[in-house]
Amino acid sequence: MQSVIKQEILALNGDEAVALAVKQSDVDVVAAYPITPQTIMVERFSEYVANGEVETEFVCTESEHSALTACLTASVTGARAFTASASAGLALMHEILFVTSGCRAPVVMAIANRALSAPLNIHCDHSDTMAQRDSGWIQIYVENAQEAYDSVIQAFKIAENPKVLLPVIVGLDGFTLSHTLENVKVLPDNIVRKFIGTRQLPFVMTHEGKRALFKLDPENSMSMGPIALQNYYFEFKRQQEEAMKNALEVIPQVNEEYAQISGRHYGDGLLEPYHLEDAEIATVCLGSTAGTVKTVVDELRSEGVKAGLLRLRTFRPLPVEGIIRYLQKVKAVGIMDRSMSFGGHGGPAFHEIRHTLYDIQNRPYIVNYIYGLGGRDTSPSQIHRIYENLQKIVRTDHVEHLINYVGLRE
Amino acid sequence: MFSEWKFTAKEIAEKPDLFLSGHRACAGCAPATVLRLIMKAVRGPTIVTNATGCMEVVSSIYPYTSWAVPWIHTAFENAAANASGIESALKILKKKGKIKHEHVDVIALAGDGGTYDIGIQALSGAVERGHDFLYVLYDNEAYMNTGIQRSGGTPFGASTTTSPAGTVIPGKLQNKKPIADIMVAHEIPYVATASPFYWRDLITKARKGIEVDGPAFLHVFAPCPRGWRSDPAKSIELSRLAVETCIFPLWEAINGEYQLSTPSKVLALAPQKKKPVREYLKLQGRFRHLFTPKFEKLTEEIQRITDERWQRLLRKCGMT
Ligand SMILES: Cc1ncc(C[n+]2csc(CCOP(=O)(O)OP(=O)(O)O)c2C)c(N)n1
Ligand code: SF4
Ligand SMILES: [Mg+2]
Repeated sequence: MQSVIKQEILALNGDEAVALAVKQSDVDVVAAYPITPQTIMVERFSEYVANGEVETEFVCTESEHSALTACLTASVTGARAFTASASAGLALMHEILFVTSGCRAPVVMAIANRALSAPLNIHCDHSDTMAQRDSGWIQIYVENAQEAYDSVIQAFKIAENPKVLLPVIVGLDGFTLSHTLENVKVLPDNIVRKFIGTRQLPFVMTHEGKRALFKLDPENSMSMGPIALQNYYFEFKRQQEEAMKNALEVIPQVNEEYAQISGRHYGDGLLEPYHLEDAEIATVCLGSTAGTVKTVVDELRSEGVKAGLLRLRTFRPLPVEGIIRYLQKVKAVGIMDRSMSFGGHGGPAFHEIRHTLYDIQNRPYIVNYIYGLGGRDTSPSQIHRIYENLQKIVRTDHVEHLINYVGLRE
Repeated sequence: MFSEWKFTAKEIAEKPDLFLSGHRACAGCAPATVLRLIMKAVRGPTIVTNATGCMEVVSSIYPYTSWAVPWIHTAFENAAANASGIESALKILKKKGKIKHEHVDVIALAGDGGTYDIGIQALSGAVERGHDFLYVLYDNEAYMNTGIQRSGGTPFGASTTTSPAGTVIPGKLQNKKPIADIMVAHEIPYVATASPFYWRDLITKARKGIEVDGPAFLHVFAPCPRGWRSDPAKSIELSRLAVETCIFPLWEAINGEYQLSTPSKVLALAPQKKKPVREYLKLQGRFRHLFTPKFEKLTEEIQRITDERWQRLLRKCGMT
C-alpha cells in the first residue's frame, strides 16, 4: 500500500491543468491545432516547449485532421501522443477518430466541450463529443479542473494498457472548466512518470509469422491500416468491442491505483454515486453540472428529501452493470443531457441509460432533461425543479412529459 | 547534399524488392512499376506510408501485403500528415534513446487525387513545417481506385467518368494543375519530376529525395491502362512519349534552382527531336474524341498549352 504523496496546490484553469498533466506525462509527440476553448492548452504547451521544459516533438499542424493523423502515426511508431481540440475541430477529425481506434493507437485527446455550429457558438455543451460516440474512443467527462488534470494522467495509463489499446478522450466543459481558475493539487513530475510508466507495446504475430512489437519498426515489415474486406473486417471490429469491455476493468484499476498516490478517486472511475444508497429520486449527469447538482442534493437531503445523483464519468465504455446497480432501487430517474439527437427519442445519455434499465424488474420512471445547450446557464433553482418534477412523478405515478427542456424559451 | 550513389542495371535488378510481386494491380499498371523502382532507391531502414488509392488497395488486401518494409495507410487526404507523425516520433524517440536505428527514412506515397486535390492541405502544411521525408506523387491523372474520375491532375481534354466526353463537352475543360511548381514555391530543398521509362533517372531522383535533409517532392508520371483506355503493353512507351512530346518534361529544382534532366535537356538543345502531342494522345482511348472531326481542333489547343508550358520551363531553367 503506497501512501498519499504530498502535493503542491496551484491556481490553474482546466486548460492549464491539462497542459501541465501532459507535460508531466512524458509525452513524445503533441500535434494540435488551436480552437476556443481549448486554445490555452496548446499555448501553455508551446511555452513548455519554448522554454525547454519538455522532451516532446510539438507539431503545430495546419488542421485538426492532420493533428490527429500525426498523433495516430506517431503512436503506432511507438511514441506517446497527445492532442486536444473542441467542437468544429473534433468534427473535422471525425474520419480519423475511427482510423485511430481501428489502428489501436492509444492516443489521448483532451476536448474542451463546445457546441457545434450553426449558429456559431463557442460555449459549452456536449454535442461535439456525443457526435463521436461510436468512433471507438473511450470517453471520460470530468467535473472540475482537478479531475481534468487527474484524468489526463490516468488516460495514458488506460489507453496504453495492452488489454485496452484504445484512444481516450477526456472531456472538460468549455469555459466552465477550461477557463475557470481552481486550486489544483498537482503531483511531482517523477511520481506522474512512475505512475504511467513507459509506453508499453504488446507483441503481435506479423504476416511472416514473426513475433514482433506492435509498431512501425524497421526490424519488422508490418503493414498497418490495410484494406480488409468482407472476409476479415468484421473480426477487427469485434476486437475493438472486446477492448472496450476490458477497459471497464482497467479504468477502475487505474482509478484505484491513482487514488493511492493522490488521495483522489472518482467513484470507481466509471460512475460516481452521490447519496444514492437510499435515494428515491435521482438524476444522472455528465461533466461540471454535477457540481451544481451535488449542492442541490445536499439542500434536498437537509430537507429530508431522498435525492441522489449518479455522475456518469465514463460514457464509453458504458458502465452498464454499475448503472443498473446504482439505479435499480430508485423510483424516478432524470437523465440530464447536454446535447440533442435531432429526431431521436431524447438525448444520447437518455437513450443509453433508459435502454440499460429496460431489463430490470420494477424499473424506475426514466425521464429526460435536456439543458445547457450553447453554454446556457443551468441554475440550482432549475435543478431543484427537476427534482420536484421527479417527486411529482413518484407521487402521482404519472409522467407528464418524457422529454423536457430546461431553461428554454418556448 | 547528395551522396555519389551509382548503380548498374545488374545491381538494381539484384537488389531485393521491397515492393513485392503478388499485388493486385492491373496488367500494365505503371504506378506499380513506379513503386517497385522507388523502393530500389531505399538506402536503409525505411517506413512507408500510403494514401488511399489504387496502390494502397492493390498492395494491402488483408491478410496479404506487398510491403517488405513497415508500412501504414490511414486515409486518403493525409499521407503527408502520416509522414509528419512518423518522422516526429522517430526524431524524439531517437533523442530519448528509445530506438536504436541511427536514422530511419520516411516515404509518403499518394496518387494525383491524394495530392493535387484532397491531400494538398496536409502536404502544404507538412512541407512548410519542414519534416524530413520524401513525398512521391504517382500521377495516373485521375481517381482510378474509384473508377476514373477527374482530378486536378487530369489533363485538358481527357475523358473521365466525371468529365466525360459528350456531344457538347469534349472531356475535361481545365488544365492540369502545375503541382510540382507549387511545391517548388514552398521553397523546399528538393523537387523533381520523373517517368518510369527513364528508370535510372527515376531511381536516382528518388534516392536524392530520400537523402536530402527536409522535405522532398517527387512527381512521377504513371500511365494507367485501365483509366487511360490504353494498351497495357504500352504504359512504358507512353511514359517515354510524354517526355518526348514535352507533355511531361523531366527536371529537378534543387533549393529552388530549376534544371532540366537529360531526357528533356536533349529536346531543349535539339527542338526538332520534340514529338507532336498527337503521337502521345492517339494511343489513348481517353482522348479518342479529339480525333473526331468535331473536336479535332482541340489537339492543336493541347499542343499550344504544351508548348507554352515547355517555354516557361525553359525560362526557369535558364535555357532560352
Ligand atoms: C475522404 C475520402 N473521400 C473519398 C474517398 C474515395 N476515394 C478513395 S481512393 C479515391 C481516389 C484516389 O485517386 P488517386 O489519389 O488519384 O489514386 P489512384 O486510385 O488513382 O491511384 C477516392 C476518391 C476516400 N477514400 N476518402
Ligand atoms: S486502375 Fe490503373 S492505377 Fe489502378 S491498378 Fe489498374 S492500372 Fe494500376
Ligand atoms: Mg490517380
